[in-house]
Order: sequence, then structure tokens, then C-alpha cells
Amino acid sequence: MAEPMKIRATLKGDVAEVKCLMNHVMETGLRKDAKTGTAVPAHHITNVTCTVGGRQVMDAQWGGGISKNPYLAIRVKGAKAGDKVVVTWIDNKGDSNTAEASVG
Amino acid sequence: MNTMRRTLLKGAGGAGIVGIAMAAGMLKPTAVYAAWNKAGFESKDLGSALGAIGGGDAAPSGDISVKAPDIAENGAVVPVEITSNIAGTESLAIIGEKNALPLIAVFNMMNGAEGYVSTRIKMGATSNVLAVVKAGGKTYKAHKEVKVTIGGCGG
Repeated sequence: MAEPMKIRATLKGDVAEVKCLMNHVMETGLRKDAKTGTAVPAHHITNVTCTVGGRQVMDAQWGGGISKNPYLAIRVKGAKAGDKVVVTWIDNKGDSNTAEASVG
Repeated sequence: MNTMRRTLLKGAGGAGIVGIAMAAGMLKPTAVYAAWNKAGFESKDLGSALGAIGGGDAAPSGDISVKAPDIAENGAVVPVEITSNIAGTESLAIIGEKNALPLIAVFNMMNGAEGYVSTRIKMGATSNVLAVVKAGGKTYKAHKEVKVTIGGCGG
């Protein structure tokens, strides 16, 4: 199953910078196994969402072109200290993971 | 002589209480996933990837900055930062022009999220990192060339 994610949200003025590190193999489906020569099946995150203080601020779609163990940072205006930040992802095999932090 | 039969038939009356539709009782998730743009992510050339995200006629814009290293020693991890200063930026897409699957990601921003995203991408060969921004029903683009020296020999 999915390993835990790291998430942090720091406030600068009224803008929260949300930084997130996810654990995922991000297999494109194009790479071939060096020993067997068969293609390694695709296994990557397809959707990522982020909510801040209960409002959805981002809704992203990803392909296999995002690096392994993805890093993501976004900036959200109008955030307050203590707002709950939730980042969730789901992959093409139906696995998903969620991490929470509060803006500080 | 068939009055008995009549009364028996009357006994079996409407017992069918129709179940109430439960649609309203569904759990509402806090965040909604967009439908995955299958056509875009499976496109093998730049033109069809751009077309699938509606960026075929994107106009070059100086208000988008694409920050990426000039030379990436490892094409598997290329840090990319895209900032759009276009008012009302709704979405940002990242494309690796010479990747086997050019479309890398699409980010829809809403409710105060700025036109900014920072992440790490894979690049198969030296090429442009293309950013396609949607704002106010129009599309804009900007790019930055990244030299990929796989193997890290500095060629």
C-alpha cells in the first residue's frame, strides 16, 4: 500500500505555500525490464487534489512524466493560519493516499 | 358455485411499496477529481497532445515564466517551476516536447490558488519544456529549453 506523504504549508502574508512529497514509483509503462525485456506496466498517479480550509484549490491530472516520488508546490491566496490543508492522490491502479497539515 | 374463488383472489392486493431513491444520501467528497484526459496523456506527438488539452492555438506570452535548469544531468528528475502572471489563470499544463508521451501534467487552479506550480518531471531528450496556460477562455504558452545529458557525462 501507499507509503505516507510529507506535507507542509507555510504562510507568507495571506498566501500559503503548500509543499508536498509523495511516495510513488511513477512507472510510465514505456520502460522495459533490463533482465526480461518486457515492458514494465504503467503505474502512476493520475489525479491530485488539494483543499485549503475546506475549499478546493487545485485539481490536477498527471501522466507518467512526473518524476518518481513526486514533489509538488502550489501557492494559495486568502489562507489563514490554522487552515486545514489536505492533499489527496489516486493512481491508475486505484490506490490512493491523503495527507493533512495546518497552515502555519 | 365459484364465489369462494373470487374472495381468495381479492386477498392478494397491492403490497408493493416503492423504495425511495437513495441518490441524495451519497457521501459527498471534500475534493473532486477531474476526469483523466486519456487522449492527451496517451498522445505520442506534440500536436495531438496540445490538441487534446485545447492548446493548439495557444499564443506565446511573456507573462508566463518557465523555470528549469539549462542543463539537466539526470533526465529522470528535472525540477520545473511555472508561474503565470496572467489574470484569471485557470489551468497550467506541462509538456515535454520530445518525450515519448509529451503531456506530463495539467493543473486546474481555483478558489484563490495562484498561477504557480513547482514540481519535478522526466525528460527523455534535450527539448523544450512547454507551459500552456488557460485564462479567460484563451490559451497562452511559454517554453524553456533544457539540455538533457543522460549518464551525467556533461556532453
